[in-house]
Amino acid sequence: MTRVTDDIIIRAVARILIPFIQLYALYVIMHGHHSPGGGFQGGVIMGASFILYLLTHGLEEAKTRMSEIRAGVFSSFGLLVYSGIGLLCLILGSNYLDYGKLSTVLKVIPAQARSLGILGVEIGVGIAVMAVMFSIFFDISTGGILPEDEEDLGARDG
Amino acid sequence: MILGFDLILLLFVVICAVAALSVKDLLSAVIILGAYSFFMCLLWAEMGAVDVAFTEASVSAGIGTVLFIAAVSKTQRGSKD
Repeated sequence: MTRVTDDIIIRAVARILIPFIQLYALYVIMHGHHSPGGGFQGGVIMGASFILYLLTHGLEEAKTRMSEIRAGVFSSFGLLVYSGIGLLCLILGSNYLDYGKLSTVLKVIPAQARSLGILGVEIGVGIAVMAVMFSIFFDISTGGILPEDEEDLGARDG
Repeated sequence: MILGFDLILLLFVVICAVAALSVKDLLSAVIILGAYSFFMCLLWAEMGAVDVAFTEASVSAGIGTVLFIAAVSKTQRGSKD
């Protein structure tokens, strides 16, 4: 499934479509707290754009944009953003993920601090979901065996 | 909420579910499952749960179909039973 296609139509359509998919994903994440959508849905759409890139441009080219290691780092980073904001609220003296107290750090009124806090959490969730969705597809489509691993096995056999 | 429209969408959902279970070719079953998810998404949106409909459309009809196709391409395409 992750071979390089040399069909010009598929490559051109994917190249035109991917920026718009990513822009839409960012819109869904940024407007998640006052319209349908949010971090999870936006992250899934963002992950779908990377999966489209992997399907159309092949494994080698996709690895320059998003590799297995980078997906792991991004998923951990998203979780860090989420739990970091929650722990920041805990340190400031309120409950976990109670964004009202963030107003002392952000220098805004509590209502605005709640809006900004939930936006930060949605961004964290979006990054984590994007990386995990890409990682799941990467593992299923390659079967967990990367081309360089196969070369290593072949060299060891030969 | 329109009851007749709900029932028509529910009929499509049931037809898609039965067809996805009874078809022999697994790739066809995956595509019918994608159609099932899309009708389910329409049903959620029509009943007023827009957020759930959004999740259903992006996760189940989008990523889920791709993941199932990837899984089918790694195994046999025909079903034995």
